[in-house]
Formats: sequence, C-alpha cells, structure tokens
Amino acid sequence: MKYDSVAELCALAKEKGCLISDIVITEQAKAQEVTEEALVERMEKSFAVMEESVASGFEEGLVSASGLTGGAAYKMKQAVDEGKTICGKFFGEALAKALAVSETNACMGKIVAAPTAGSCGILPAALLTLMEEKQLPRQTMVRALFTASAVGMVIAKNASIAGAEGGCQAECGSASAMAAAALVEACGGTVDMVSHACAIAIKNILGLVCDPVAGLVEIPCTKRNAAGVANAFVAAELALAGIESAIPADEVIWAMKKVGDSMSAALKETAEGGLAATPTGKRLCRRVFGERTCNGGKEL
Amino acid sequence: MDVFDIVGPIMVGPSSSHTAGAARIGKFALTILGQPLQAAKIYFSGSFAKTYRGHGTDKAIIGGLLGMDTDDIRIRNSLKLAKEKGLQFQFFETEIDNAHPNTVQLELAGTEGKTVVVQGASVGGGNILITKIDDTEVSITGKATTLIVPHKDVPGMISDVTNILARRGVNIGRFELKRSQKGGTAVMIIEVDGTVDAEVNEMIAHFPNVIDSTVIAAIG
Ligand code: SF4
Repeated sequence: MKYDSVAELCALAKEKGCLISDIVITEQAKAQEVTEEALVERMEKSFAVMEESVASGFEEGLVSASGLTGGAAYKMKQAVDEGKTICGKFFGEALAKALAVSETNACMGKIVAAPTAGSCGILPAALLTLMEEKQLPRQTMVRALFTASAVGMVIAKNASIAGAEGGCQAECGSASAMAAAALVEACGGTVDMVSHACAIAIKNILGLVCDPVAGLVEIPCTKRNAAGVANAFVAAELALAGIESAIPADEVIWAMKKVGDSMSAALKETAEGGLAATPTGKRLCRRVFGERTCNGGKEL
Repeated sequence: MDVFDIVGPIMVGPSSSHTAGAARIGKFALTILGQPLQAAKIYFSGSFAKTYRGHGTDKAIIGGLLGMDTDDIRIRNSLKLAKEKGLQFQFFETEIDNAHPNTVQLELAGTEGKTVVVQGASVGGGNILITKIDDTEVSITGKATTLIVPHKDVPGMISDVTNILARRGVNIGRFELKRSQKGGTAVMIIEVDGTVDAEVNEMIAHFPNVIDSTVIAAIG
C-alpha cells in the first residue's frame, strides 16, 4: 500500500470487509517492523499527550512569549460551563478544546503536531469531544487516529501539509479532513462516508491562505483551529447523514494542490500578505519585533 | 513517511521549524562536542535572526544544548536553567552568506577544553540539516545513526574504519569523505542502519591517525 489515494484505502477496506484503520495498522506494523500492539501503544501515547495539551491550554493567565496569544480557551470554556453558548455544550466544548491545544502550542507547551504544530488543535478537539459526548471507548479513538493519519499521508503525497507550500488549506484543511475521517469511522460510518467526509472538509476550506501576523503561529492560527474543528464536524455530520460529495476526495485533494500552487508566495507563510499585511497586523509585528524587522511586510 | 510523521512529532510548540528543529540542532552540536558544555555563542541568521524571540528559538537552542529533546517541556524555562547551571551563553544576530533562511551557527566550548563550531539549518517539519562542523562543509540530516570520524589524511583510513563496521555487522547507508587539503585533516561521515555500540566507537577512536569518533543517535 502506497497511500497514493483515498480511493485505494477505501477499496482495500471494502475488499477485506474491515475499517480503514485496520488495514493501516496492519500495513504500518509491517513497514515499521513492530507488532500491531506496539504500534497502537505508541499512538496511545500520542493520544495521551493530546489530552494533556487540552488540559494545559485551559490554565488561567496563559500568555505566549510574544504577548499576542492566550486566554481564549479559558474564556470559551467559561462560556460553556455557564451555559452561555449558542450551539450548546457539545459544540462549545469542541471549540474550547481546539483553542486550548492551539494556545498550549503558542505558549511553548507540549503538543502533537497533527499534521503540523499550527493546526495541532483540530484533531484532538474533534476526537476528545466526541469520545466524552458519546462515551466511546478510548481504543476506538486511538484506532481512528490511524485512519486520520492515512488521509494525512495521501494529502502529503498528492498535495501538501505545509502552509509554506500550500497555504492554510494545507494545514488546517488537512487537519479538518483527517479529523472528519476519524469522526466518521469512530461513529460507525461506512468506508465511503469516510471518503465523502474528507472531500467535504477540504472543499469547505479550499483556498484558505497562510498569513500569520509577524510570522508567528498565533494570529490567525488559534482561531482557525476552532474553525477547523467546526468544519470537521460539519463534514462528518453531512457524510454520516448519507450526503455525498459530488467531487471525489482524491480530486478535491488534486484541486487543493492546484490552488496551493497558484497562490502567491505572499500568502504562503511569508507574513507578507493577507492578515499579516493589514495595518493592525503590521503594528502588532512591530510591537513584537521592533521597527527593523517589520518594516511593513511587503504589500500585496 | 509513516503515520507518526503525520500525527506527530510530539513536540514543544510553537513551530516545528523554529522550535523543534532548533532544539535538534542544539542537541546534535552538544553530542559532537562530546563533553559538558561551558560556554556557547549562538549566531542566528535569516528568519531565525528576525523572529527567534517570538518563536522561542533561543530557548529551544539552549534546551538542545542542555541535552533536551524536542518534547521536553523544560525547554520553556531553558534560559533560566542554563543560567542556574552556570552555562555562559550569548545570542547574536547575523547574516550568513548563502545559508538557508533558518540557519544557526553554534560556537561551543566544553568543560574539558574542547571547542567546536557547528552550523545547521532547520529545513521544515522539525527536520534539520547540519551544514558545517568546524571548517568542514557537511550535509547531515541526523535521520540515521551517524558516525563522524575526523582523521589524518593518510592511506588506509577508510578501509580500517569500514572493516570494523563490517565485522560488527553494521550496514552503511551513506558514506562521505571530506578533506580541506591533501595530507591535512579529513572527516568521514558514515550513516548506518540500526545503532553503533559504544565499544565499536571506542575502537575506532583509538585507531592510529584517527583524531576522534562520535556516534550521533538517529532522530526518533
Ligand atoms: S495560518 Fe499558516 S501558520 Fe497559521 S495555522 Fe494556518 S498554515 Fe499554519
């Protein structure tokens, strides 16, 4: 198995009558020359780090070294606990967790890149919120992480998972697609539903640029993690309801690659375009790094 | 690429290139020094020079120089820890010609008198490339176990070293020989599969005309 396409993953799973995670676990154990138990155990450790990264993000008074980030997860969590959210507790929890992990990252806490540090809040927020809400076994979530990884590998092969290469669609988009796939599998959706969820998640975020203020993984990254987990739930819900993506997942990934290629360099992590180039973005950059480094950021 | 490249690495934030990669370069350099560190001069170039404070690149480098891995939460307080340990360190912003945007040069002095200069770049996703050791240009990714063997440029050195590896069943994946001038000092850079025992390393280090031998464990 070469992780060349989502279609290949689905075909193999259907042929064997098993989940995508089952075939990925078998294949990866072979490739890495370890037992399946050892492989799953290693993923369990990553899952535990994800849980810790949520908890540390809820600490009061968290601030990043630049001073640009901190406290959003805490506020969101308070709103949830006080029953003030519009979309209910479940959804508020998901947003709060995504913010928490992302803020942990910005504040030099320990995280699991998934697939990158910038987009590290989406996958843990999706899985942990679902696990708590539906009282699903831990093992189901850990195994679903292999399905997420397989989707990530296909995207990395055929498009990109780096903001510098493909814009934020490659980071938060990929993370959303990975999370959507994992959610559908964990909820008992079919293999085809997994594929549609991936496609829908990327479609919804196609074209998103990477424009971090001052070049730091903070603004807008933290909020895009919240948006990313919301998008993952949107895609998973639609797919689980039996709604199909007219464009198949592999073609959506292809489109994402093409869109990334045609994005100007200013919109790919150079902090020269988008939000980074706004008057406020530039002012914040000067506040952190001083005049010399932030002489404006080139205009678009 | 495997599943843990996608869901992973486990690392201290905020940036795989500006934090995780920097810690790896620091730790790599410490291993080459091969003795406890006493003083370090750190020259940031390119994007590192511009943004190192915001990304915590300074803390990550010092963490690495204290032997910490990319997921070591103590990186956050590494500057303080280093001061408590009596480590002398200074940061400089510079521009190294033709270097990758995320490049750092480390001038290290050990407690037992050894000094070494290591230059490396963080090339994305936490991956690194060591580009210079003292005056020798190299290209080491650290993905495999790497043996670095500076030696006198005399006949028979390569066969001496590779023979012992062969006898110990160590398979070489990549071999590179670098020398500054004929008859001067040369360096063998040998990437191998699996690991190399300390004992084998000792044997190589004690060969006549070998100046030193260092094994650097593969980045997990
Ligand atoms: S804006 Fe750029 S740095 Fe921030 S999460 Fe998106 S891709 Fe990563």
